Amino acid sequence: MKESVMIDSTFAIIDRHLMVKMPREVDHHNAAGIREQADFYIMEDAADHVIFDFESTVFMDSSGIGILMGRYKKVSLFGGRVLAIHVNDRLKKVMQMAGICEFIEILD
Amino acid sequence: MDKVKITETKNTQSGNHMRLSMDAESVNEGLARVAVAAFASSLNPTLEELEDVKTAVSEAVTNAIIHGYRGIENKGEVIVEAYIEEDELRVSITDYGVGIRDLPRAMEPLYTTAPEEERSGMGFAFMEAFMDTLLVSSKPGETIVRMSKRFGKDESDV
Repeated sequence: MKESVMIDSTFAIIDRHLMVKMPREVDHHNAAGIREQADFYIMEDAADHVIFDFESTVFMDSSGIGILMGRYKKVSLFGGRVLAIHVNDRLKKVMQMAGICEFIEILD
Repeated sequence: MDKVKITETKNTQSGNHMRLSMDAESVNEGLARVAVAAFASSLNPTLEELEDVKTAVSEAVTNAIIHGYRGIENKGEVIVEAYIEEDELRVSITDYGVGIRDLPRAMEPLYTTAPEEERSGMGFAFMEAFMDTLLVSSKPGETIVRMSKRFGKDESDV
């Protein structure tokens, strides 16, 4: 049976996947909150994998790269995966430029 | 309290200039990139070009805010200036903080002095990639990042 918990409008846990709804603009200013909360659920052993949903995101700078790679470093130690979904062409360009595509699974 | 001052003035007959002075607070990062993008819009940039500028400005301003006043009790100001000269946008981001001690090292991709904040170390690499030119000068008390980008290059280069 799948266990699904909706925590708030940003975080949900579905079948040990932490779903994170990314904000409209991903920059240093709003990176800290996402990072800390996501780590809380990872450290509490509530999730093995992390899925970042970029559906609402129109802007991301290198702060977003830090969020993705930071989570990857944590979950990959225990075989977890990090996915980025609903990634538009612009965000994909930013991610490719940072060379994170071999670690993070990026989906349209 | 945050202090923000925007002045947009014509300073030469041919070009246009803007100057934004703001507190070195992260909440102002969005303002800085949007202000420069709005200023650059008179050059009829493509959406892609505009996003390039926003990303580069965001990186530079974030650096100034995170690193510029590190260890200084009273956060200072970050000054964002932009000039338009024909089809070229020039942007400078200045802070009056601690300075960058080892500039060549700081500009290396993946190098960061703030791993605890999970900075990716890609800031300067992004500025370089998204703009045509990047020039950084730094000493204790003043760091200036200067960048430029020419618009509509793709058409004229064909």
